[in-house]
Amino acid sequence: MSGPQPAFPLARVSRRAEWIILAVALVSVLLLPRYYPVMNQMAIIALFAVSLDLILGYAGIVSLGHAAFFGLGVYTAALFAKHVHGDPFLGLVIAAIAAALLGLATAVLILRGTDLTRLMVTLGVALILLELANKLDWLTGGADGLQGVVMAPVLGLFTFDMAGRTAYLYSLTILLLMLFLARRLVASPFGMSLQAIRDNRLRAEAIGIPVNARLAAIYTISAGVAGIAGGLLAQTTSFASLDALDFQRSADILLVLVIGGTGYLFGGVIGAVIFTAMHHWLSAVTPQYWQFWIGLMLVVIVLAGRERLVRAILSPFTWLLGLARGRSGPAK
Amino acid sequence: MLTILFDGVAYGMLLFVLACGLAITLGLMNFVNLAHGAFAMAGGYVTVLAMSKLGLPFLACLPLAFLVAALLGMILEPTLYRRLYGKSHFDQVLFSIGLAFMAVATVDFFMGSTQQNIRLPEWLRGRSEIGGVGMGHYRLLIIGVCAALAIGLQLILSKTRFGSRLRAAVDDTRVASGLGINVNRVFLFTFAFGSGIAGLGGALGAEVFGLDPTFPLKFMIYFLIVVSVGGTTTITGPLLASLLLGIADVAGKYYFPKMGAFVIYSVMIVILLWRPQGLFSRGSGK
Amino acid sequence: MNKRTLLKSMTALSAGALLAGAMLPAAAQDTVKIGLILPMTGPFASTGRQIDGAARLYMQQNGATVAGKKIELILKDDAGAPDTTKRLAQELIVNDKVTFLAGFGLTPLALATAPLATEGKVPMIVMAAGTSIITDRSPFIVRTGFTLPQTTYPIADWAAKNNIKKAVTLVSDFAPGVDAETVFKSRFTAAGGQVLAELRVPLRNPDFAPFLQRVRDASPDAVFVFVPSGVGSIFMKQFAERGLDKAGIKIIGPGDVTDDDILNDMGDVALGVVTSHHYSAAHPSAMNKAYVEAFRKMNNIRPNFMSVGGYDGMALIYKALAATKGDTNGEKLVAAMKGLSWESPRGPLTIDAQFREPVQNMYIRKVEKVGNELHNVEFETLTAVKDPTKVAK
Repeated sequence: MSGPQPAFPLARVSRRAEWIILAVALVSVLLLPRYYPVMNQMAIIALFAVSLDLILGYAGIVSLGHAAFFGLGVYTAALFAKHVHGDPFLGLVIAAIAAALLGLATAVLILRGTDLTRLMVTLGVALILLELANKLDWLTGGADGLQGVVMAPVLGLFTFDMAGRTAYLYSLTILLLMLFLARRLVASPFGMSLQAIRDNRLRAEAIGIPVNARLAAIYTISAGVAGIAGGLLAQTTSFASLDALDFQRSADILLVLVIGGTGYLFGGVIGAVIFTAMHHWLSAVTPQYWQFWIGLMLVVIVLAGRERLVRAILSPFTWLLGLARGRSGPAK
Repeated sequence: MLTILFDGVAYGMLLFVLACGLAITLGLMNFVNLAHGAFAMAGGYVTVLAMSKLGLPFLACLPLAFLVAALLGMILEPTLYRRLYGKSHFDQVLFSIGLAFMAVATVDFFMGSTQQNIRLPEWLRGRSEIGGVGMGHYRLLIIGVCAALAIGLQLILSKTRFGSRLRAAVDDTRVASGLGINVNRVFLFTFAFGSGIAGLGGALGAEVFGLDPTFPLKFMIYFLIVVSVGGTTTITGPLLASLLLGIADVAGKYYFPKMGAFVIYSVMIVILLWRPQGLFSRGSGK
Repeated sequence: MNKRTLLKSMTALSAGALLAGAMLPAAAQDTVKIGLILPMTGPFASTGRQIDGAARLYMQQNGATVAGKKIELILKDDAGAPDTTKRLAQELIVNDKVTFLAGFGLTPLALATAPLATEGKVPMIVMAAGTSIITDRSPFIVRTGFTLPQTTYPIADWAAKNNIKKAVTLVSDFAPGVDAETVFKSRFTAAGGQVLAELRVPLRNPDFAPFLQRVRDASPDAVFVFVPSGVGSIFMKQFAERGLDKAGIKIIGPGDVTDDDILNDMGDVALGVVTSHHYSAAHPSAMNKAYVEAFRKMNNIRPNFMSVGGYDGMALIYKALAATKGDTNGEKLVAAMKGLSWESPRGPLTIDAQFREPVQNMYIRKVEKVGNELHNVEFETLTAVKDPTKVAK
């Protein structure tokens, strides 16, 4: 593969993007109560996409099996809540640790080879995990899914309600927190060294960056974040099922990230919003043939040029940003 | 024991026909076509329709499936695919998955979501015992067709003028066109040919794998495994990889039915770790 | 194509996605909504099509008004993913204020949604999923399809009585398959039969060959098969191709393997296969003849056993609403459903008051050629069969 896309020009304005996302999120909480469940899903997918962006956009590691970590997070959080303790935050920490450990253990697999090799090896890991979850049905419930997960209220105060309000706010908070941390991470010397490796591995090695150790580190971190996203899904649906580990899940998240754009972290969020909204809307309008329209959307996005599309959608926001900076017109 | 081996070979051969078109587009044209399975599906449905509506015999449907899928490739290559040769692999993945989704929904719309069936002629349905090895006639046919195809492909690529033009066009597009090779035409025919083979594979495979609108997505993983393990620089690579996977899968399911699904993935990971470029690559040329 | 217009329309489209529904008119008081969640895409789409078609047929035949309420059917596609099913159910309950949840094509989908039915006090009509435990998961679940123990044990008894001494079981590796395997084994061995091997085929398995080779090596009198609706034809072909029919091995099982939807395309291979099930498109009643004809006319496919689950599910909803005189209280509706009895295309059907399970006739059928088509022709009837695992408790 020719490597990930360079960051959009948009990355330049993304310094304020946290605030935009925060504002949009707050507005959505107030204005769109009908959509809490969907928006919860968006937040989870967004976090998952951010985790993939950490390795894909910043370290140039392609993966078709990121669902392995997501799924492990799902099952860990669900099992922890079921058998040990129902506290959501504690569960997330455990899910993150479990997924990160798996990331560390499998990092050795992605250090060698071409992009195609990496795609297939990561895919293989996810599929093996899927089979494992299927076979260990005494633990995971197998193909029937894991039932009977009961969550304690968030902070002991907010119970997960039927309308999905608590779930959405909870996922949103975690997403924003993780975004904040991820931005600090990629801007740190560590993050810079990753980008150097992405852009030219040989040169990075030559200036003394411990390439393999850095790649393994970011892979582990990314796995942990994916585990948190999975944990959120398990906790907010109080349920775990095999499709969390499915190939479809890995492929979808890659699509989401590519739609939004790699290498600036907010691409995952944007992609998640677009993809989930389209999916939700289309499958409500035409339950049988929505796949056609999703497919058409992907084709059109590629042919028309993704960057221009995203910019067109975001132009109101960039314009606002321009205003906020005391300039008129869209920031180029 | 030998029967299992025979089944594995037949299964592997089938995988090869289905995946080798992908190996061609990926290896020779450097294009990731995840909609590859859609061409195979087209071939399968052409066979089903031609047999039920036109009453054509099964064997006559095989070339027809090839032609229709090739024609489809010939229409889509200049209109859509060509625009993406220069783009990144991500765009190609996104684009071709989009096409695959559209194909799934379109077939569903026209043909319904139920399993389609091909009624084989009587002489293909039988089974013979030769030296204690039970062999299905249909599987024999598959092996025959695929072996012929593999040899034919190898000859075309290495011996014919078209083959050398193609390799030249791939190695250096600019120089090739400077030498008077019509690169666009070479790519067009290559793509159509790859699609046609997929169509043929779909027609042959419908009997074994079943045929429903989700076909392109269901078998995408298998195609990718074959291509990545086999490497994309030769024809023999994917062929041997297909056989290996076919045998490993069938034998794994037979001898360790509880572990069956693990076998194919584990084999893949081990091979890829050992030979990251694929088993049979020309070194790190790409 | 003008790219700029394209861009604009794309933008408008995604904006529309966010706003769609915000403008939907508020639900009128006299409308009763039914949220029908089915796999309409993906590998189990045929189940969804059958049930959706049958539900619409019922509404067409019986009008869209019951007890002064207008019935509105909201169809959602879950593509067979449990977390989607659950989210859709949540939205249907919270946003659309549905009175009934219905559908549920596979066991995991039903199990995932069960807690919501309890919490929202919404009756949940399981039309397709066949694992026995489903109805235990919520007092609001009522089943109109079948359970696998129910459809499996008649064939086990029949096999033991009809000179089948040794059998191999081959089932899809998920809860309904395991249910079928367990029930068959216990009934068959209790009746003196012997199970030589128990094979479980992964759900997503393109090739039955190695499993069938094991069956052949064991050389039993019969192979007991359960595969989900739609997969039967692949199994059947490979069975014949492997020469197992010529080796004298019979196929028996619950009727899923000779699914009416695809049976006709299987060809002569399927002739003579004996199965037990609750519904056959060839069921000889005037009502069923009319049903099959109307279903074919409307949906262009032959109805299978999934379809009657959908048809009777709608019947159950209509009858319950009539009984409560339009009261949409979930507890009252479930209470009204218990013990209801009516004539279905499959024969007489009763909802067990204790377990909320269908009590229905089981038929032993054999695949035969009727006219130009293959059909499951019934030749033995067991009346008013309950789920045996629940009777035992």
